[in-house]
Amino acid sequence: MIKLVDVNKEFSGKAALKHIHMEIRRGETLAIIGGSGSGKSTLLRLLIGLIRPTSGEIWFDEQEVSRISEKEWDKLRLSMGMVFQYSALFDSMTVGENVAFGLREHTDYEEGKIQSIVREKLHLVGLDDVEEMMPNELSGGMKKRVSLARAIAINPRVIFYDEPSSGLDPIMTTKIDELIVNTQKALDVTSVVVTHDMASACRIADRIAMIYEGELIALEPVERFRESEDPRVQAFFHTLQTMKEAGR
Amino acid sequence: MVTRFLEWLGRFVLRRLEEFGTIVLLYAETMRQLKHKPRIHHIIAQMSHLGVDSLSIVSLTLLFTGVVLTLQTASQFIRFGAQSTIGAVVAVAIGRELGPVLVGVVCAGRVGSAITAEISTMKVTEQIDALRVMAVNPVDYLIVPRMLACMIVVPILTVFGDIIGILGGWAVAVYYSGISSYLYINSIDRFCDVFDITGGIIKAVFFGNVIAVLGCYYGLHSPAGAEGVGKATTRTVVASIVVIFILNAVLTFILF
Repeated sequence: MIKLVDVNKEFSGKAALKHIHMEIRRGETLAIIGGSGSGKSTLLRLLIGLIRPTSGEIWFDEQEVSRISEKEWDKLRLSMGMVFQYSALFDSMTVGENVAFGLREHTDYEEGKIQSIVREKLHLVGLDDVEEMMPNELSGGMKKRVSLARAIAINPRVIFYDEPSSGLDPIMTTKIDELIVNTQKALDVTSVVVTHDMASACRIADRIAMIYEGELIALEPVERFRESEDPRVQAFFHTLQTMKEAGR
Repeated sequence: MVTRFLEWLGRFVLRRLEEFGTIVLLYAETMRQLKHKPRIHHIIAQMSHLGVDSLSIVSLTLLFTGVVLTLQTASQFIRFGAQSTIGAVVAVAIGRELGPVLVGVVCAGRVGSAITAEISTMKVTEQIDALRVMAVNPVDYLIVPRMLACMIVVPILTVFGDIIGILGGWAVAVYYSGISSYLYINSIDRFCDVFDITGGIIKAVFFGNVIAVLGCYYGLHSPAGAEGVGKATTRTVVASIVVIFILNAVLTFILF
């Protein structure tokens, strides 16, 4: 569904991503993991067209998109949704207005239908009777849920998640993970999740890709990824294990 | 030493030129987006948010400007027996220059900074990226309504400020300097032209443009973090005031 061919990205001459070859299959959940500054968020921003690659090709289905106009990207983005790291809810709008935003901008639906879709999507993410609340009245976990409801309001084919568990406690992280899996099942979408949380990645993903210093060093199904002999993958796992043990 | 100074100067000039070019491109993109159906309720919301909230500060500024202007001129004019022209002098000074310029400066501080703070906060919290991801052009959604609102609101505030300023002058002329009310009003009627006011309104339309574009530009290009928002806001106010003064000189030269 999405294919990256030898994608490179530089910022002020400094390479952020190097020779990325990757394919994201229709209907799968792909987790992209890596340490801070590894380039995983840059990769996500490339996939959604917020930045352009320095070189290489990005394919969506049969369309090469790395050099298309912003207007063409806008057409493509109607089939995409994104959950931002800090939710990025419009703070001047109510929760209901946030979820309805895409519908009001891109459809001719009547207000009654829009309200019904808003309620349905909020219910899907486990929130009821919050339409009139303002984003600053919500907890971090609720904001993430509203952000997901907003992302799925226009029935996208691909949903991108940027650090969905960032800033959440372990219980809420598990709930958000369950929500990602349930949304995937309910809507049959392709999901791309950027995270530094290995446990979370193992819970939700079909395959895991690891970015290390701008390079894609592994792209495997979860079970094979765990058994990877690459020392950099092992180091990531071991650090996580050590931290977990220290936590106990 | 000289080489280092020239290097610094070169970099400074290049940076300013780059900034100017980006502002021109943003302005051109805003003009291009004007062809889309206007978001009327957004424009009205911005007019209310940016304009109505500025009424009190504009009133205060122009009221005391009218008061001081009359205080300073009345005693001199009375000495030379020219009290019959005080109303006209105050009206022309306020209508042509002080009204639009002071309203422009007040709006640069009140409106421009509000626009920058709002947009830069939206940028820092990824709300502008969210707009793009939802296939909504941020220029069309954020900048066009603000620019149209400023282009309408600043001239309206200028007319309002002109009236308040002239009334302030009238109060001082009548109750402090002892000039008759008839004389003050009659001098405005005899010596003032409609263009003394409309010329100022034309200036205000340009000033509204400047405030909106610079406010949006510095908001969209603010450095990350709370400090960045503060810096961007300050830059907007400083740049807007400088451009308003320069533009005022150019427009005065052309219009009057």
